Amino acid sequence: MPTAPHTAPHPRRRHRWGEHGLAWAFLLPSLVVFVLFIGYPLGRTLYLSAHANDLFGAPSRYVGWQHYTDLLTSADFRRTLVTTALFTLLTVVPGVLGALVLVLLLENRIRGVRLLRSAFALPFAFSVASASVVFAVFFNPASGVINGLLSHLGLGPVGWLTDDRYALVSVAATTVWMSLGYNVLVLSAGVGSIPGELLEAARLDGASGLRLARSITVPMLGPHLFFLTVVSTVHSLQSFGQIHILTKGGPDGATRTLVYSVYEKAFAYGSSDFGTASAQAVVLLVVVLACTAVQFGVLERKVHYA
Amino acid sequence: MSSIATEAEAPRPRTGVLAGRSPRDLLARAAVYLVLAAAVVTVAFPVYYAIAGAFMSPSELSSYPPALVPHSVTGRNFSGAVDTIPLVRQYANSAITATAITLAQLFTSILAAYAFVFLPLRARAVVFGVFLATLMVPWEAIIIPNYLTLSDWGFGNTYFGLVLPFLASGFGTFMLRQSFRQLPAELRDAARIDGAGHWRFLWRIVVPLNKPALAALSIYVFLSAWNQYFWPLIITRTANMQTLQIGLTSLRDSEMSDPGLILAGVVLSLLPTLALVVFGQRFIVRGLTAGAVR
Repeated sequence: MPTAPHTAPHPRRRHRWGEHGLAWAFLLPSLVVFVLFIGYPLGRTLYLSAHANDLFGAPSRYVGWQHYTDLLTSADFRRTLVTTALFTLLTVVPGVLGALVLVLLLENRIRGVRLLRSAFALPFAFSVASASVVFAVFFNPASGVINGLLSHLGLGPVGWLTDDRYALVSVAATTVWMSLGYNVLVLSAGVGSIPGELLEAARLDGASGLRLARSITVPMLGPHLFFLTVVSTVHSLQSFGQIHILTKGGPDGATRTLVYSVYEKAFAYGSSDFGTASAQAVVLLVVVLACTAVQFGVLERKVHYA
Repeated sequence: MSSIATEAEAPRPRTGVLAGRSPRDLLARAAVYLVLAAAVVTVAFPVYYAIAGAFMSPSELSSYPPALVPHSVTGRNFSGAVDTIPLVRQYANSAITATAITLAQLFTSILAAYAFVFLPLRARAVVFGVFLATLMVPWEAIIIPNYLTLSDWGFGNTYFGLVLPFLASGFGTFMLRQSFRQLPAELRDAARIDGAGHWRFLWRIVVPLNKPALAALSIYVFLSAWNQYFWPLIITRTANMQTLQIGLTSLRDSEMSDPGLILAGVVLSLLPTLALVVFGQRFIVRGLTAGAVR
């Protein structure tokens, strides 16, 4: 950990407990919040996941790994994991690749490039809830715009959120829409940080067009693409609002992801199965931490801090 | 868009996929425009439709084929939305909650970042590690104990319940620490010679000199707090304590019969965030990419 340059010891001690005490006083408010609302809950999640609970959620007896072994042998939970993986794939891959294509295209000398960038930033203003209810209106099988336009092409009404073949894709599409603006911003910043001389040199060597994109731009964007992929994956794993608003995990569990499953077990329909829900929360925690660990591991080796 | 805008961006060599002037390149150029146009329509259409639809009458919204432009602008959706849910109260709830969280996080993050940069600390690496570690814990994984804690304290369905877990943030501290470190070391020495203690130096020199980073953090925190969904959903029980985001969901229950109400609610909820995005865009870029590799 780097030490800051401003730490030369002060000869005069003006504070009663000295500067060390002042430092702790400044850190204390944050540390109290972290202990109460992050540290303690982490421990209590583990505790709850190892205990059975009564109907009201109060832990009743120690059951050890029971909840975890139950989960691993449950077909429902395996399906939840598969759905989570699919949802992540369906949001991260189109979100990152789509943004990459857009950023490369925006790099051309075209008119109105600023206006375009602003347009891509628009979804930023939308919360998960507002974006989801707008898409709920769109996806409405009877009065929605999407089916309305499809019927122009002579295609029958599609139950975007009620048909288990389309529900997950529809929720994922909503999520991609919400994240595209951020993805474009991150990659634009990345392109902006490629040294101009490098591009000029490549151009003088006769590289242009796709060749330039393939041999210079995309490789130079590598760390940014990697960062974006990890962040999008973690973000996708934590998606909740769009599922709660659009499908409530349905139809018949087709959009029940890990986070949604935690919610259902702990809070939905009067359920207070905190034991099982906590075990699932621990699985979520481990998956997200693994993603973050991969990020740190790779960044340590590959990224040159400017 | 004029050629001036394009000229202004010209000095930097472009990395784009198009360069030449041959017929093949012109064709490629046309394709680029086409793809970009399609992308813009896809991204902007939901925004447009939410706003246009908010002013359409129910018959227009359910007309077949769908109407894309409101023919007779009506305000009934807005009054309808306000009548269906306690929208004004929920607006206030969101504003109070987001403002309180923003101010508190600014305060706690400023203090902590100052301690990391300007004060001696023996366990600096360990403590900073704790701050960074808080960034890695997904909130959803610890939401159950937090719900239990705040309910036990009697803060279920209260402003305290909505705000308390978010009074500090490792991200805010990390971001401000990066910014504070840019200040030249001589500043602290000069202030010390002038007799300024840490408290005075912090609020008179450090804070004013880091306004851009503080603005970026404020916008980021406010937007995140305003847009929260999972936590307000479970910690509030009555419509009068719900935030706007949860209110929008209850409006959705009327969706089949009256999508205009939902869209009006969305437009109202967008006003503050749209203003922040439009006027604070350069700060947002900075804030959102602060954790990104440079």
